[in-house]
Amino acid sequence: MAVSPSSSIGINFRNMSNESFAPLSARRLLVLGGIGLILAGMIFGDIFAVFVLHQNAAHVGASLSAAAHAALAGDAPTVLASFQNVGGFLENRGTKVDTHVHMIDFGYLALMLAILQPWVGFGEALKKRLAWVFLFGAGLLPVGVFLIHYVGLLYAPLQYIGWASVFADFGGLLVLLATLVFLLGLLKRSATEQPGRVADNLLADRSASARLLLAGGVLFVLIGFLHGAYYAAVDLYRHEALDYSILSKMSAGAAASNTAAVESALVDYGQFQGDKAVKIAAHAHIIEFGLLAMLLAFFQPYVGLSERWKRRWALVLLLGSVMLPVCVLLELQGGLIAGGLADFGGLLVIVASFAMWMGILRYTGALDASAGEAR
Amino acid sequence: MSGARRLLILGGIALALWGMSYGLWYAVFAEHQALDGIGVSLATGFGAAAEKNSVASQAALDQYREAKYRYDRQVDVHGHWIGLAMLLIVLGIGFDRIGFSQRTKFLLALGLLSGAVLFPFGVLLQTFSHGGFPRAVAIAGSALVIGSLAGVVLGFARGETLAQSSRN
Repeated sequence: MAVSPSSSIGINFRNMSNESFAPLSARRLLVLGGIGLILAGMIFGDIFAVFVLHQNAAHVGASLSAAAHAALAGDAPTVLASFQNVGGFLENRGTKVDTHVHMIDFGYLALMLAILQPWVGFGEALKKRLAWVFLFGAGLLPVGVFLIHYVGLLYAPLQYIGWASVFADFGGLLVLLATLVFLLGLLKRSATEQPGRVADNLLADRSASARLLLAGGVLFVLIGFLHGAYYAAVDLYRHEALDYSILSKMSAGAAASNTAAVESALVDYGQFQGDKAVKIAAHAHIIEFGLLAMLLAFFQPYVGLSERWKRRWALVLLLGSVMLPVCVLLELQGGLIAGGLADFGGLLVIVASFAMWMGILRYTGALDASAGEAR
Repeated sequence: MSGARRLLILGGIALALWGMSYGLWYAVFAEHQALDGIGVSLATGFGAAAEKNSVASQAALDQYREAKYRYDRQVDVHGHWIGLAMLLIVLGIGFDRIGFSQRTKFLLALGLLSGAVLFPFGVLLQTFSHGGFPRAVAIAGSALVIGSLAGVVLGFARGETLAQSSRN
């Protein structure tokens, strides 16, 4: 990742104003915090996919099978105990998925708010405080959600809601309030601003890496939307009908002491759940990666790497963004190989995002050093 | 900030706030009860099957189907409102790169914003009615989003071509 002093990176440093990206400024906090959240969410997601997701699905399947067999044997207490296990495994899975998704989405929102900072009509001190509140809430919600499964209703203040949920909801409220005040700042500026008065060179960048990421990102989002529309038209209602009909077949088979019907329904249910999960995951991931690529396109001027390396990392990110959803879709046919390739695609996105994050840190270091020399 | 850009950015943040408020309300007041309802109806259905009571089992599974139908849509609404809001903000930030007239850009922005509001709203309406109207609203909303996004893709491509020719 060599950078020569006279390369484009040096020119960028001289051309860029450090006013909007000063140390601990709202924009810098939101950029570094935002990409940090995205990376943490992605690493968490990859670890979850490799070490928890499939094992958890197997536990859910085994517990459902135990419940069905208990019903077949006329053992109602075991049925209830097995469904409690299913509930526990589903809660474990659900809270981890929510942790992953919220961390990444708050990271995206932080990056968007970072770009919009020059248009927020408040002083830097207030903007900085808002950025801290946003980031604190954005960290608190996923941690709270993660802990829901482990803390449960221990000393719970309410019938259904434990302390982990309370803290998670409080984190969400902080994010909501900070975003609301940023919106008010935008409206304030928008009401008084002369057209074209605010100029931000972050948006003027038309480098090859930025164009590549923007074009790829928009395309991925469009493909994701088309896939989502196809899923809604072809699979959504079919899946809902299958969910009900297979469970009905299973319970009716158990009531009639028909072992073969129960066994066949269990196999069908496993296949149906797999089919549904891969389609939804592919839809969500390609759109999320498209958004990430578009956001990172705007931050390319802050990535302190040579243009060649910026282009390479952009390509790695786009490659991973295609690999993960495509291989997830192929998981039912391709099994472990497709699953492994999907996880590798996720890893490529993480590595490319990390490289860009390091590039931004490098840029901030050079910016601060040059500001120090000037003083 | 141009009208189209302002519409997307301010509309997008407002929609994100709306989606977050909905999510917060849902997490505090509805989600735990909904999950509990799904679990209980499923367990009751199989419990009744263990007692060889097919009628009670079927009734409980009917409850499960309805509760799951509502829960899936309520969660989808939260996710789609916020996801679409973020897309509006990002597109708004880069909207100056679109190589169309201000009027066309404004129409595209309006299509995106109205589609982003309508699509999840149609999904939410499905939790109150299984009829055709909510589904039609959701389909119209998603068609608006997809059509406008396709226009944005063309606009970006045209903008790049124009920028390229002006550089040459």
